[in-house]
Amino acid sequence: MSEALCREGAAWVSAVTGTRWVGVIGLEVHAQLATNSKLFCSCEVRFGAPPNSLTCPVCTGQPGSLPVLNAAALGLAVRTALAVGADVAAESKFDRKHYFYCDIPKNYQISQYDRPFCTGGGIRLASGRFVRLTRIHLEEDAGKAIHDRGEHTLVDLNRAGVALIESVSEADLETPEEAVEYLEALKEIIRYAGAGEADMEKGQLRCDVNVSVRPEGEAWRTKVEIKNLNSFRHVREALEYEIPRQIEAYESGESARLPRQETRLFDASAGVTRTMRTKEEARDYRYFTEPDLPPITLTEAFVERQRGLLCELPQARRRRYREELGLSEYDARVLTGTREVADYFEAVARLCGRPKEAANWVANDLSRALADPEVAAGSIDELPVKPFDLAELIELVAAGTINTTGAREVLGLMVAGSGSPREIVAERGLEQVDDEASLEAWCREALEGREQVAADVRAGRTKAIGAVVGPVMKASGGKANPQRVREILLRLIAEDDQPRP
Amino acid sequence: MTDPERDLVRHTAALARLELDEAEVDRLAPQFAAILRHFRVLESVEVDDAEPMTGASGVRDVLRADEVRPSLAPDAVLGNAPRSSDGFYVVPKTVGGEE
Ligand SMILES: [Zn+2]
Repeated sequence: MSEALCREGAAWVSAVTGTRWVGVIGLEVHAQLATNSKLFCSCEVRFGAPPNSLTCPVCTGQPGSLPVLNAAALGLAVRTALAVGADVAAESKFDRKHYFYCDIPKNYQISQYDRPFCTGGGIRLASGRFVRLTRIHLEEDAGKAIHDRGEHTLVDLNRAGVALIESVSEADLETPEEAVEYLEALKEIIRYAGAGEADMEKGQLRCDVNVSVRPEGEAWRTKVEIKNLNSFRHVREALEYEIPRQIEAYESGESARLPRQETRLFDASAGVTRTMRTKEEARDYRYFTEPDLPPITLTEAFVERQRGLLCELPQARRRRYREELGLSEYDARVLTGTREVADYFEAVARLCGRPKEAANWVANDLSRALADPEVAAGSIDELPVKPFDLAELIELVAAGTINTTGAREVLGLMVAGSGSPREIVAERGLEQVDDEASLEAWCREALEGREQVAADVRAGRTKAIGAVVGPVMKASGGKANPQRVREILLRLIAEDDQPRP
Repeated sequence: MTDPERDLVRHTAALARLELDEAEVDRLAPQFAAILRHFRVLESVEVDDAEPMTGASGVRDVLRADEVRPSLAPDAVLGNAPRSSDGFYVVPKTVGGEE
């Protein structure tokens, strides 16, 4: 962004003209549905299989083959629609969208044009802004064309025919940050709905951006489409480049620079968008009804069955965690990161009856273990620590059997698969030491040669006591009850102050 | 012969990535015109009161269970292609297509 533009909240303000510009952003998001087989044939859906090993006459477009709709894909699509509050159509159909490219063997993609399975709905951002969804429709994926291996293009059709939903938003977003927040929320909903993993790295979530700019309060102008966005970061960076580019073009007043309706590609290494230099005719997909697929009725019973399979969504969970369980916004956010973690946390909280402690352990220690490459757990469900075990550990701490330091050690052993917390505590003698005589002996030892600490405490700086608690805990092998240690230390220092007989 | 019909032939060919020379455009333009004349007859039928049709057979709701069946062997599929290499179809370089 040049110095002539300055970001003020959601607006870009021109230093030259004083105009306040805002972005107008809409997103088209393709998400892969988590089905076993493709949308219209029984070929397996698998990432990383040898090229062209998962194809058949249907997904390679052989003459005479007939597509048949995958019932599971329809169910997952409807579940996603319900999760974003969309209206599910009573009847839907498929259409052929024609284009000629090497990744699409039939020369058309089976998609939905004028009768998508749902319309409306939307996603609310943290700011309160409601981003409307125009529609979500079902379609088949294209194959993969590889251009960077030699002088020819290589084509792999394993992905051709995989079930996708395309979610089209209204141009209700204004900033790069909002665009990313919307994408994260949509990804979260797709995952919670169980509709897909929405992993961008695996290409399960792909996004095209439509963006234009306008002076605040004015009508929107020519929009530009940006493609080739492979991560949320790319979406943000592309918009951070493209919005000022368009504003500066308008501010320059040079007609040659004015944004025109076009597709631009994001160049991630340079952080810029560039005109797609292909001779592209105006979009003309010649849609017509797919004659090989009869229409589908989405009965109320079917829709309600899908609703029943939908779990509580992340936004609702976060609100409940804050309002009913008294958790912080931060913890609520960490715990709802994935449905598995949220379900896990809720199971622990239910079993031990201590939601705040459960939140701490799951959001901190367990999340750390999960992120540890040595633990090699893909998701929280794969950890050897089950909700029942963690609840037991929390109860041991609450009952004073072990202290928090000891509990951390126990958890480490639990993650390594060494057994239940009770077993580990008993085997390793990790019970907290409450015995007054032992504690006092450690405390006296630690106070020796630390007169300054005692003096500080006497002068009212009780916090100074921490410098002695550490050595006591160390002497006890981490087993001393820190609360009792603190009390004894304060007592000893106070006694020491009394005139000796 | 009017120019719009020649343009239509060129546009349709471009969409299908077909290259036509002027002689071919000359030959196809009147054929397109004849076909479109037939469609104009159909277009003149009053259909405002008719429900849009979604199929001719009357069949509805044909679905299959989400079950995997074996795919074709790569060799068998690629054997039908003019050119293949290392399990891939090999086609002329086509960077920057649609979608
Ligand atoms: Zn197939």
